Amino acid sequence: MPLLEIEDLHIGIEDTEILRGVDLNADGGEVHAIMGPNGSGKSTLAKVLAGREEYEVTQGSVHYDGEDLLEMEAEERAQEGVFMAFQYPVELPGVSQQNFLKESVNAVREAQGKEELGAADFIKMVREKSDLVDLDEALTKRSVNEGFSGGEKKRNEIFHLAMLEPRLAILDETDSGLDIDALRIVADGVNQLRDSDRAFVIITHYQRLLNYIEPDYVHAMVDGQIAKTGDKSLAVELEERGYEWLSGDGVAESKASEGNASENGAATEPEEAAVA
Amino acid sequence: MPATVQEELSTEDRFLQAFEGLSDEAKNGTVEAVQGRRRRAIEQFEALGFPTNQLEAYKYTNVAKALRHEYRIAPAEAAPQASTEEVEALLLPDLDAHVVVTVGGRYSEERSDVGALPNGAFVGSFAEGANAHPDVFDAHYGQYADFESEAGDPEQSAMTALNAAFAQDGLFLYVPEDVALDKPVYALHLPSAGDEPLFAQPRHLFVIEENAEARLIEMRRAPEQREHAPGSFTNAVREAYVGAHGHFDHYIVQDEGAGASQHTTFDAYHETESVFDTLTVTLSGDLVRNNLTITPAGEFCESHLNGLYLGSGEMHVDNRTIVEHAAPDCVSNQLYKGILEDDATGVFNGRVHVHRGSQRINAYQSNKNIVLERSAQIYSKPELEIYADDVECSHGSTTGELDEDAIFYLRSRGIPAERARAMLLGAFARDVVESVRSEPLAAWLTDEVGARYGAGQALGVGS
Repeated sequence: MPLLEIEDLHIGIEDTEILRGVDLNADGGEVHAIMGPNGSGKSTLAKVLAGREEYEVTQGSVHYDGEDLLEMEAEERAQEGVFMAFQYPVELPGVSQQNFLKESVNAVREAQGKEELGAADFIKMVREKSDLVDLDEALTKRSVNEGFSGGEKKRNEIFHLAMLEPRLAILDETDSGLDIDALRIVADGVNQLRDSDRAFVIITHYQRLLNYIEPDYVHAMVDGQIAKTGDKSLAVELEERGYEWLSGDGVAESKASEGNASENGAATEPEEAAVA
Repeated sequence: MPATVQEELSTEDRFLQAFEGLSDEAKNGTVEAVQGRRRRAIEQFEALGFPTNQLEAYKYTNVAKALRHEYRIAPAEAAPQASTEEVEALLLPDLDAHVVVTVGGRYSEERSDVGALPNGAFVGSFAEGANAHPDVFDAHYGQYADFESEAGDPEQSAMTALNAAFAQDGLFLYVPEDVALDKPVYALHLPSAGDEPLFAQPRHLFVIEENAEARLIEMRRAPEQREHAPGSFTNAVREAYVGAHGHFDHYIVQDEGAGASQHTTFDAYHETESVFDTLTVTLSGDLVRNNLTITPAGEFCESHLNGLYLGSGEMHVDNRTIVEHAAPDCVSNQLYKGILEDDATGVFNGRVHVHRGSQRINAYQSNKNIVLERSAQIYSKPELEIYADDVECSHGSTTGELDEDAIFYLRSRGIPAERARAMLLGAFARDVVESVRSEPLAAWLTDEVGARYGAGQALGVGS
């Protein structure tokens, strides 16, 4: 049984259907990239997996380690090893990162039957894990994300990931807004955290992050569905060709044959790539 | 003699009658500065009456209405007592201080432990201080909380006048020129035990002379075995003078339980290059109204006024602040924060008044509120009134619910929802708590806020 099993997931918010039947399996050791244009539903998928409550599941299921993930509260998911790195990490003025992380790490450890981290071990862990993403140790002592630059916030998310050691790590557009150096640092951090028990779901708009984090699978999400799944070469293709050739009512080739090429002026022939 | 209030009389008439019944110490005690004003004070009170919500400054807080029930208008009892244990239980851990205690508005010699003071300084009873330092009283008493001054806000002077008519005891703090108190003063105010609701009128005077320094922590507490009878009311007046180059930190915590109402007036006046720092924390009470007026009267003054109010149940808490920038080149900084739940009501009305010619003033004012339930209410009205053109002033007010995104962020890191809420509320209050320069008080406040919202003690300050 895969660690994460998403079946025919339909999600709506206020009468608008955002996900229209998503299937995805991810197992320990695998890195899945989900790419898609704005509004395709990829960030919604991340938020639903992390436990945001404003979305309505109208159909389908999500199982995590055999359990019904959608039945679990957000904190329970985190305690069971699900982690999401936020696209827009929230600033928490007045909440010291040290205290927050200590509680967070220990809540997760307690739920997993591990011993609470003592002060010395905690400090040691903070030092090690912040090094992974080259995060200034001073930032680990400030209020959470307050006054951090965009890049620092994203690095901080990966730092939290490293501290919490999840089994399923979801990265929601962690690369957006990063310059090339920051991108490399984040990618290096993630690569060091890859391990045979941990699954990554990396949601991204651009292929460039995948130059540094090599995915096992690439999923193209269009209009609330996974229109195509392939290996890392699909990412390159999507970068070159965009998503237009995949859009339509879920079947890419029909759209393509209706003259999509003339619409976007693409010269390449869509047929061979569009085989589902 | 104590006059028992009779329902047939109007609220104001009860006080006029009680005034005519004053005798002995209540009438003739203390010094000329105090005695000599009583008659004029009661006359002014008679003319003004209790503030009602017809007055703009009392729009949301009807004091007159809150006083229509029965209570005893009390001249301070001779010597109400509290036990050593009661006092000890309410000291702040790790605070080494000159301890003064009042019970029922009366200074308690037995329970106070002032200890050694620097030369010439006085920490103790208002009544005794008046006799020991009549010249200081002549110079300062009634000068700042001045019910007679035309410049004073007539809307605010009724309660001051009433207090001046009955003023008898309270605290007196006197730090002469060039003297610094190296320990803070810790003032514990306890109600007198009993089932009868009282109307008490403590009076406090703090004089910090030129280049002198002091810190005062006032705690109004009502421990379980000594709760205020429902309907109790305190009309307190404080005056502070800080001389040139002086420094005075003043912190007050109001936590007297759901049966106790209070109206406080605090007028502070400070001279050239002095610093005045005050914090008002309101943790419980029935109706609480605080009038704070600060006048930085010389150049290069620094005034800090902060507040924190945590409203629950039926509590009504109203902070009105006025900063009178009467001199140029001064800085004032104001931060009031409130958390309101249940049916509590919060009011903030802050006014910064930059006088003509007071150039290069930096004045900041901010009021922030979190309303936890729709049944709780907040009225916030920041005001700037500026008659100088080279100033930097800002004001702002925000009211909102707890940030759902922030709660989700914490939950998605494994922290349970309730705990996440508590962490965020503690964090919200944190910058006000951190403005406190006394570490034992800051630690105590952190724990109080944490305990209130179920956070335990994990919300460390400063880390």
